[in-house]
Amino acid sequence: MNYKTWERLFNCLGIFLVVFVLIFLFSITLKLFIDGFHRIFDFKFYTSYPSRFPNEAGILSSWVGTLYVMAGAIFWSIFLGVPAGIYLEEFGAKGKIAKIIEANITNLSAVPSIVYGLLALGIFVYRFNFGESILTAGLTLGLLMLPVIVVATRESLRRIPRAIREGAYALGATNYELVFHHLLPYSVGGILTGVIIAISRAIGETAPLLTIGALTFIAFLPPPPWEDFIGMLKSPFTVLPIQIFNWVSRPQEAFHKNAAAGGFILLVLCLLLNSASYYLRYKVRTKYHW
Amino acid sequence: MSDNIKVKVENLDFYYGTFHALKNINLPIYEKKVTAIIGPSGCGKSTLLRCFNRMHDLYPGTRYEGAIYLYPDKTNIVAKGVEPLYIRMRVGMVFQKPNPFPKSIFENVAYGLRINGIKDKKVIEEKVEKALKDAALWDEVKERLKENAYSLSGGQQQRLCIARAIAVEPEVLLFDEPTSALDPISTARIEDLIVELKNKITIVIVTHNMQQAARISDYTAFMYLGELIEFGPTEKIFTNPEKKLTEDYISGRFG
Repeated sequence: MNYKTWERLFNCLGIFLVVFVLIFLFSITLKLFIDGFHRIFDFKFYTSYPSRFPNEAGILSSWVGTLYVMAGAIFWSIFLGVPAGIYLEEFGAKGKIAKIIEANITNLSAVPSIVYGLLALGIFVYRFNFGESILTAGLTLGLLMLPVIVVATRESLRRIPRAIREGAYALGATNYELVFHHLLPYSVGGILTGVIIAISRAIGETAPLLTIGALTFIAFLPPPPWEDFIGMLKSPFTVLPIQIFNWVSRPQEAFHKNAAAGGFILLVLCLLLNSASYYLRYKVRTKYHW
Repeated sequence: MSDNIKVKVENLDFYYGTFHALKNINLPIYEKKVTAIIGPSGCGKSTLLRCFNRMHDLYPGTRYEGAIYLYPDKTNIVAKGVEPLYIRMRVGMVFQKPNPFPKSIFENVAYGLRINGIKDKKVIEEKVEKALKDAALWDEVKERLKENAYSLSGGQQQRLCIARAIAVEPEVLLFDEPTSALDPISTARIEDLIVELKNKITIVIVTHNMQQAARISDYTAFMYLGELIEFGPTEKIFTNPEKKLTEDYISGRFG
């Protein structure tokens, strides 16, 4: 066989695998859409609290909870992860300890999420007394996202050519100026890619939130942050995956429809958050490129 | 010779870890002249150049011994107590490959001024315009100062880097093979520019192009295997060198 036949064969295999994966994903989404059809287009579904009557039950408290918790998680993971990444890559010594830390951070992203839940239960809930609150949930998911963001930050810093660093130093820039005037702005695109990946992982998490004591039945909303920020942080919460799990585990058929609709909305929410990050990344990429 | 000494290298040794890269270099750099450093690949010419602005400090395991005095105040550039930042503000550098920042053309030139603490917008605008004019780039970019520097051609990018370096008015400007990535026309423009710039600034240029050294420099230093073999007025080095090694290199017998 000559190389052209091989190439064609390889292309066919590639296309087949891509289509296979896409069909899989598409059929799951379609199934959720069909099963949950009536509830997805039922406006009350988004404005009602959970209920024991399937047709009156809604996802108000859980989609709002998901947004609050994710906002917290994104904030904490960026707030802690980006500086950590910058320090490790640009300032920290490059010795043996640095290598151990690096390996550990990479490993952290593979730690099962329930372990993060146990950690959070021990530290945030019991030690710091943050309670079973939005704050705890945000911190927990933030921890879960942290390693991904640290690694993404380091990778995108590493991609910046040495010539640009030397150019800045040659003008008399300090380390600090190099990082804040150059490296950080140029690597925002790469960091956002990490954030996208991390969001996709965290938004569907159920186990660690159950561990820290997320409730399944919440018939009120947290106070809006602009009125009572601390109250919002301390408020109990539920999130979409937990609500879906709760509905699926009930015997009534009608609740399963709610679960399908909820699953579909979770996908949409994930897509929305991702596209927001994509858009931001696109904006930075067009601004800084070399 | 009536030329003033601007920089004086005295008994300079330089090490990358255990590798002895520069061996007992002694070399004067004259004020407002172009000094070319030539030699075959790996002879240490770039290494020597990067000592002048302490660029080696960015990488671990490098060590200087001896002295490089920067006149008129006779500051020892490579002394441990001397802050490289201040040296780099007095000794600018243009690199082998154009390396503008991925920012606007204006910001590239303004950057050095900003980190030097100049805040006045008008002053910055004036200095940027002057630097771009001095770098013979102003007419080509005055309409598009807000565009990304990477929209410029390679030769324009290199002149932008020169503008960026001269905006902060350094006393010495180092060129590390500034035309090796450029086409002949861009090269000629950069060479003209260097000759023009020497009226204001002391210039040291590393080049592996001997014709270039002959065309633009007043003094030439020939290096081989980390040692300075010969230094003298360019004319003399190229027509009547004292050392056999220099002659062999100049006439293309090796290198």
